[in-house]
Amino acid sequence: MIAQPEAFPTGESGRAPQETFVLNLGPQHPAAHGVLRVLMTMDGEWITKAEPVIGYIHRMHEKMGENRTWAQFLPNTSRIDYLSAMHYTHAFVGVVERAAKIEVPPRAEYVRVITSELNRISSHLVWWGALLLDLGGFTPILYAFEDREKILDLLEGLCGARLTYCYYRFGGLYNDVDDDFLNGTRKFVQEMRPRLGMYRDLVTDNIILRKRLTGIGPISAEMCRKYGATGPVIRGSGVAYDVRTIEPYSVYQQFDFKIPVYQECDSMARYLVRMDEMEQSLRIIEQALDRLPAGPFMGKVPRVLKVPPGDYCYAVEAARGRFMVRIVSEGKDTPYRIKLRTPSFSNLSLYEEASRGMILPDALAMMGSLDLVIPDIDR
Amino acid sequence: MSPSLERISERFTQLLGATAVPTGAMPPERAPSAVPATPPAGPTSAVPAPVQCLDHALKGFDLNVTVSPRQVVLAAEILDQEGFGLDTITGVDWLAQGEMEIVYDFFHPTESLHVVIRARVPRAEPELPTISSVLPGANWHERETHDFFGIRFLGHPNLAPFILPEDATFHPLRKDYQP
Repeated sequence: MIAQPEAFPTGESGRAPQETFVLNLGPQHPAAHGVLRVLMTMDGEWITKAEPVIGYIHRMHEKMGENRTWAQFLPNTSRIDYLSAMHYTHAFVGVVERAAKIEVPPRAEYVRVITSELNRISSHLVWWGALLLDLGGFTPILYAFEDREKILDLLEGLCGARLTYCYYRFGGLYNDVDDDFLNGTRKFVQEMRPRLGMYRDLVTDNIILRKRLTGIGPISAEMCRKYGATGPVIRGSGVAYDVRTIEPYSVYQQFDFKIPVYQECDSMARYLVRMDEMEQSLRIIEQALDRLPAGPFMGKVPRVLKVPPGDYCYAVEAARGRFMVRIVSEGKDTPYRIKLRTPSFSNLSLYEEASRGMILPDALAMMGSLDLVIPDIDR
Repeated sequence: MSPSLERISERFTQLLGATAVPTGAMPPERAPSAVPATPPAGPTSAVPAPVQCLDHALKGFDLNVTVSPRQVVLAAEILDQEGFGLDTITGVDWLAQGEMEIVYDFFHPTESLHVVIRARVPRAEPELPTISSVLPGANWHERETHDFFGIRFLGHPNLAPFILPEDATFHPLRKDYQP
């Protein structure tokens, strides 16, 4: 008698054995927003382990910093997170000003706040369009880029760059703001408010979006703390952590604005935090324009910059969370060591734990709600 | 119970069996009350005190604690109990002294407190225990520090190359690294 091969292998329970397979997502996958690779071990449609593989766009900015002067490193900082370049240059000029005790005139600080908040809105608009693209809604990104274009035009008129701004200088700014910029920014603030209302009506209150994001991808406040996740991720988990108010820098203390916080810990909470933040940024810009002091835009800076020996930190609230620069100086014209603490790195590090047990489309929606910028992770 | 700088520096002082010394100009509300006002004079003052309270406006952090490599897990546990979040971990290569410094930064989600923990290991034997069992976020930061400096974190679940290529055998942020 010939042994019959089993038609279907059966496990101990009599059912088909549970087998997992590895799904390779990226590094060239549109939902990964750049060169992020995620090795997903799948049990059918469910994720048992999602391990991010990073480093595809690693450029070693920290080593570059050790090989050039303080001022020469400044353009590097705008290329780490290309969507919020203003915040990153702010942190680097801030740490050098702190170390070398350079006074910044008030007018320069106000203009820094205006341009930083404009940059925050443009960054959130890209996130918003790209998240909805991930979720299958194509149209919103066209609206988002239309608004963003106005911000890019304003900042281009100010410093020449549309994306990788190098507008801040040690002790002040590259040039003073002109009437074109001030009037254009006022006009933008007036135009942007009704647009945000329209986005709320058309997209945020859309039932399909709500069903894709509500209750999806829970990240607890405790997990945020243990992994160091900051920015809209921790504020969507009920913690009002914002560097602008917790460790105030620049002139943020002089403005009246709210820190949006949602308690739900899900992707929708992170979505709503960013939508509310755009409104608050408009409020800050309006107040700064009203109270913009006259005076010089550049402080007194020595011709040859010497940074006293020691180590110094400076943290800012970038569009994705806490960005901190740590410099170690030996009193020379080049840094001894520069450490760049980027928010996306910490925000992604919780992905493996947070995505366990989710189905694939939900995990991608959650990844979109983290607002990752891959060059910011890899540096 | 919100953490205060006084209590945290007191806990570190107990851990290290040393006395906290304030340096720099202290704002009145930040100044810890229970610490001696004058740092030790003479040649010993060149060596920084193990627990230093600092002015945030001058340095960008509030508390600077120097521990021995064996104490980093205890230090991380103290800050974990006080509700701190892990900011970052990095290294500094002090080639002239033949040492590697490992710097741990911690932020607090609700208070303006930035705590720095430092430990030094010999360059020839750069090893110290991992804190990823206390704060899982340390996993990635320690892997990155291992990539860039070759510092081995004992007990780490996976010290494979992370940001560098898979076959990388070099540590680019060491000061004697030649490309």
